[in-house]
Amino acid sequence: MKTTLHRREVAEVLLSERKDLLVVAGLGSTAWDITAAGDSPLSFPLWGAMGNAAMIGLGLALAQPKRRVLVITGDGEMLMGMGSLATIGVQKPKNLSVVVIDNERYGETGMQRTHTAAGVDLAAVAKACGFLTTKRVSARSQLAALRTAIHRTPGPLFAQVKVVAEKIPLVLPPRDGGLLKARFRKALLGEGADLD
Amino acid sequence: MKGWPEEIYGVLKAANVRQVGYVPDAGHKRLIELCLADRQMRAVVLSTEEEGVGLAAGAWLGGVRSALLMQSSGVGNCINHLGTVRECRFPLLMLVTMRGQKGEFNPWQVAMGQATPTVLQAMGVVVQEANTAAEIAPAVDEAARLAFGSYQAVAVLISQAVIGIKSFQDQASR
Repeated sequence: MKTTLHRREVAEVLLSERKDLLVVAGLGSTAWDITAAGDSPLSFPLWGAMGNAAMIGLGLALAQPKRRVLVITGDGEMLMGMGSLATIGVQKPKNLSVVVIDNERYGETGMQRTHTAAGVDLAAVAKACGFLTTKRVSARSQLAALRTAIHRTPGPLFAQVKVVAEKIPLVLPPRDGGLLKARFRKALLGEGADLD
Repeated sequence: MKGWPEEIYGVLKAANVRQVGYVPDAGHKRLIELCLADRQMRAVVLSTEEEGVGLAAGAWLGGVRSALLMQSSGVGNCINHLGTVRECRFPLLMLVTMRGQKGEFNPWQVAMGQATPTVLQAMGVVVQEANTAAEIAPAVDEAARLAFGSYQAVAVLISQAVIGIKSFQDQASR
């Protein structure tokens, strides 16, 4: 698919005016993308757990039904956990969005082509699994509407955002898993998060 | 008289477990039914066991306690994700029904069943074995306290001696 979108502008637009949005980012490029857009204690960037970003988002969305949850991940990460789209399709959480930043490459390992480069259609998979809304995005003009949908449209929502395959500087979040967990829970649940 | 699945259910309720991930399993059949029927619990059917490790992590990030039900073959599917649990010190309560132990008829279950405690311990999971029906509920209660009180990954292994041996010959002759 032809695209002119750059991954960092996608993250910047989708995370602008994020209010109380809870964000889980898949390992690698999308973790760097959300950090470049501005680190937050309500972001949980993964450094491992490949294939499980969407499931972490599901557990969080079911635990916090009044908050909106965004999983932002790469095509390679999503491909590894494609069954989780079926699991989310069964649960149908209204407050969960899964956005795949799809550059059709494994960006951290040498830009090898992923299945999506060969035409595997993740948005069609999500639709077949029961996601209420699926979108394909490849132009900057579509990003604001996607951001609005992430905050307002009844989910589960899936968006496949095609971006240019490019090597860009890493912007690293903290990598201590215990720290990332503790800061998230404190920001979401308050100072007493771990006192019960 | 309550059976051990009802007793586990009671322990999960008392521990305020509100999400239960599971891959359908004959040994956990009754417990899964109890969880599905409970409107205060969200029972989440998984397509593979490692999804449940992610589910549990997300639930804890959101302030909710969870449990993960599987059979021993599913433990192998979880291994890499147990590394995330350890790095982040997520609590994790796994209830594992064992295959591949004494009397197993299906040789394809034996390798993973025999390796289950070793694999879990290698990934930093505390293992508690329950070898009789009477041991199960107390073991789950202790495991829940250890998991949620001390932020540990804990697996209760429910022996095949309790669950019984799946008889393929019986099923085939019916």
